[in-house]
Amino acid sequence: MALLEVKNLGIEFPMRREVLRALQGVSFSLDAGERLGIVGESGAGKSIAAFAIINLLSKPGRINAGEILFEGRDLTVLDDNAMRDIRGNRISMIFQDPMMTLNPVLTIETQMIEVLKAHREISDNDARKIAVEKLREVAIPSPEDRLKSYPHELSGGQRQRVVIATALLTNPSIIIADEPSTALDVTIQAGIMALMLNLCKSHDMGLILITHDLAVVSQVTERVVVMYAGRVVEEGPTADIVTHPKHPYTRGLIAALPQEGTAGKRLNQIPGSMPTLDAIPDGCAFHPRCPHADDVCRASVPEIVKVGNQFSRCVKATELAEENSL
Amino acid sequence: MNAAIRRFAQSNFMYSFGRDKVAMVSFAILAAFVILAFSAPLIAPYDPYDQTTIDIMDSEIPPAWQDEGEARFLLGTDAQGRDMLSTILYGTRISIIIGVCAVLMQMFLGITIGLVSGYVGGRIESFFMRLADIQLSLSTLMLAIVALAIFQAAFSAEAYSDLAIIMLIMVIGFAEWPQYARTIRASVLAEKKKEYVDAARVIGLGAPTIMFKHILPNTLSPLLVISTVQVANAIISEAALSFLGLGIPVTKPSLGSLINSGFEFIFSGSWWITAIPSIVLIALILCINLLGDWVRDALNPKIYKEK
Amino acid sequence: MSGPLVETRDVEKRFDLGGYFWQQDKPVVRALNGVSIAIEKGESFCLVGESGCGKSTLARCIMGLLDLSEGEVFYKGEQIDRLSAKAMMPYRRRMQMIFQNPYASLNPRMTIQKTLEEPLRFHFPEMKNGEVRDKVEEVMTSVGNDPAWGTRYPHEFSGGQRQRISIARALMVDPDFVVADEPISALDVSIQAQVLNVMMDARDSRDLTYLFITHDLSVVRHFGTRVGVMYLGALCELAQTKTLFDTPRHPYTQVLLNAIPKLSTTELIHTPMMGEVPTAIKLPSGCVFHPRCPYANERCSREVPAGTTLDDGTVVACHAVEENRI
Repeated sequence: MALLEVKNLGIEFPMRREVLRALQGVSFSLDAGERLGIVGESGAGKSIAAFAIINLLSKPGRINAGEILFEGRDLTVLDDNAMRDIRGNRISMIFQDPMMTLNPVLTIETQMIEVLKAHREISDNDARKIAVEKLREVAIPSPEDRLKSYPHELSGGQRQRVVIATALLTNPSIIIADEPSTALDVTIQAGIMALMLNLCKSHDMGLILITHDLAVVSQVTERVVVMYAGRVVEEGPTADIVTHPKHPYTRGLIAALPQEGTAGKRLNQIPGSMPTLDAIPDGCAFHPRCPHADDVCRASVPEIVKVGNQFSRCVKATELAEENSL
Repeated sequence: MNAAIRRFAQSNFMYSFGRDKVAMVSFAILAAFVILAFSAPLIAPYDPYDQTTIDIMDSEIPPAWQDEGEARFLLGTDAQGRDMLSTILYGTRISIIIGVCAVLMQMFLGITIGLVSGYVGGRIESFFMRLADIQLSLSTLMLAIVALAIFQAAFSAEAYSDLAIIMLIMVIGFAEWPQYARTIRASVLAEKKKEYVDAARVIGLGAPTIMFKHILPNTLSPLLVISTVQVANAIISEAALSFLGLGIPVTKPSLGSLINSGFEFIFSGSWWITAIPSIVLIALILCINLLGDWVRDALNPKIYKEK
Repeated sequence: MSGPLVETRDVEKRFDLGGYFWQQDKPVVRALNGVSIAIEKGESFCLVGESGCGKSTLARCIMGLLDLSEGEVFYKGEQIDRLSAKAMMPYRRRMQMIFQNPYASLNPRMTIQKTLEEPLRFHFPEMKNGEVRDKVEEVMTSVGNDPAWGTRYPHEFSGGQRQRISIARALMVDPDFVVADEPISALDVSIQAQVLNVMMDARDSRDLTYLFITHDLSVVRHFGTRVGVMYLGALCELAQTKTLFDTPRHPYTQVLLNAIPKLSTTELIHTPMMGEVPTAIKLPSGCVFHPRCPYANERCSREVPAGTTLDDGTVVACHAVEENRI
């Protein structure tokens, strides 16, 4: 059985004129120690899915369908107490901006000890020892001194490392990381991603990495879920998806990346832009931008079908795979 | 133009108005006050400014629903025999004119100073902001009392009664410009960092064009919010000054001077001369403030940005 | 054409941080420390570097949005810094700018038509209404926008559409030189390609010269003809794009190139760079990169390296390269 299983999840936001459907029929699963990437553009619903797992949906969002099974328990029906026992303890979350997690007026020490004490009976001294150990694991130099620092005394990269160390405190079985390196510089970014990769391996920890960056996903994760307009459009092993994407959207995304051979040439752009939630087209949401679209695509939402090692939400998945035009 | 009206009608602003009963009721009452006050010459049964229609024999007649009341004076009469209803209608008009004009003056001063301080910065900003700090640390009423006392002493009583409205507008307008200047400056500092301002500079536009055409329209929301509160405050200030005998003379009374004129009769049983204009004043201020609360909520950037 | 189109000579920019009036050494951010670049007509000159390296500051100095502390800026051989607003006017028309944040660079209270007409009416007050409208229509069409958008407001458009409107505004006055400050980094992947294509089309059809500022090296390789790499307010390396990617000379360029996330089927391998990023308030002595450089020696901490021109025209500011240590 998978460690975490999201089944047919639907999330809606009732607005004043209509109900916006942020997620529709989203399913994916994560095995223990597995690294899963969720890729999509802003508004595709990838962050909302993550927030739903730890039950932190912002108002007025609500789950209207499906279940989220963690070790066989459905998180969508848990009460607040039981949820607190899981959130921050068994499942930790890392945000894009470290200052979303760190309180600027408290020292690192206070904040890290607080997290431990919230989840277990432990003395301050023991908690401090664990904090130092975790800071050392994330390669913070002289961790004992750093404990006394305030967040603003650290650089952006160090702050994110402290956030990761805080997430590790309770030895969670899953870390959900929402664009953990996007706000950082490239040279810092690579260090943070390498750190996350190594930590997951050494602790046999599951990782859900949410990002818009296919390149980062390809270097860190084993499996990828590609989202578009609130639905999963493609899923499969990372290596297969980056080399042989099956869904026309994934293909377009990869083809649009500037690469070594494209210098000075026009890039293969996907026309148009992703629809906003109040204007998702009928049928396949990607059809207005898809070069292969026809009447079937406009008529109904395609089922997700297995093609080779991957799953693709496209009626022409098999056909396109045979063409193998990429 | 039609498109603009349609856009306004469908905006979040109008939508939240339609959902807020308090706002609708306040707006309705306020609108009624304004319409009645400004059509006073048409609808008022008597002209309180016309000495010939006033008969001292009619003084201190209670409102019509009281035993001693008379049907010709619905809300009774004051100590000089003036019809209260007519006097209140005219008085409300004066109060509203003074409130609105004083706020327009505050806006003019405050916006100009705030825009220039925020956009230009440096010594100009320091000078005006310190000036604002000093002025804010003095109470508005105190400043107004001193200024009006000097004016009263400088002019003859007759000249003063003609100039009273203008004087009040000037004094209340001058006393409260720092509110606007500070609000505008804070918004300008935030807007100035946005790239559309750089874009305008790259085009080569001059500072006045950038300030008034590009930045000012983007600072209007907080302006609208404080304006409602400021109108209410200006009306209160005027009433307070008139009540102290420094404002509008009793011959052409505003709400404040009406309240004042009845005050000495309150213990002799003629409560209506003070009580009715007081109720009108409170209702007027309450409506404006409730409307102001709603404007602030409706223009809250969090709600406003929701797509 | 004689000489470069745009040139900076030893540009320095310091930002005063205020400090207390009794302080002897008031804190100063040294954002640019003697940067000289020369951009030839028809080039797409890219400036890369991490946040805080001074690349945007240099662009703003060139555009006259910031006053220089030291140094000169030339346009076609004419010195244009320290000009009065009036004397600057003819150059304003020749030099335009595209900004990073499409959500902030258009005035939210102005219709698209007004935004686009403004530069034209300002610089060509004699133009007739019909001519202005024709010009707006022509430019809008050329960047792939529907001219009928004119009556609408910026918030009605997506990020990519706004960025194309922003490009259209810059192109309205037929400039020769366009500075693009991170024009695609706020956009989604599938939209980045569209905007890059529009910029390349405009370069070809309008004979534009670009100064393109970015932190993304994969975009540089695609778009740039020459690249300048900046670190802490200094130019480390300046080379033809292909040369830079084939043979990066400066140690910092090498680090930067290694850090770009690449689409791959293998896991991330990362060699951490030593040290922490210094701030521009306390600049390291000598070569600003020496505390983090694996090749640094005593001379590097003492002496600021001057640019050395190599055989292939690459300019490198590094003692180790000069002494053939790397």
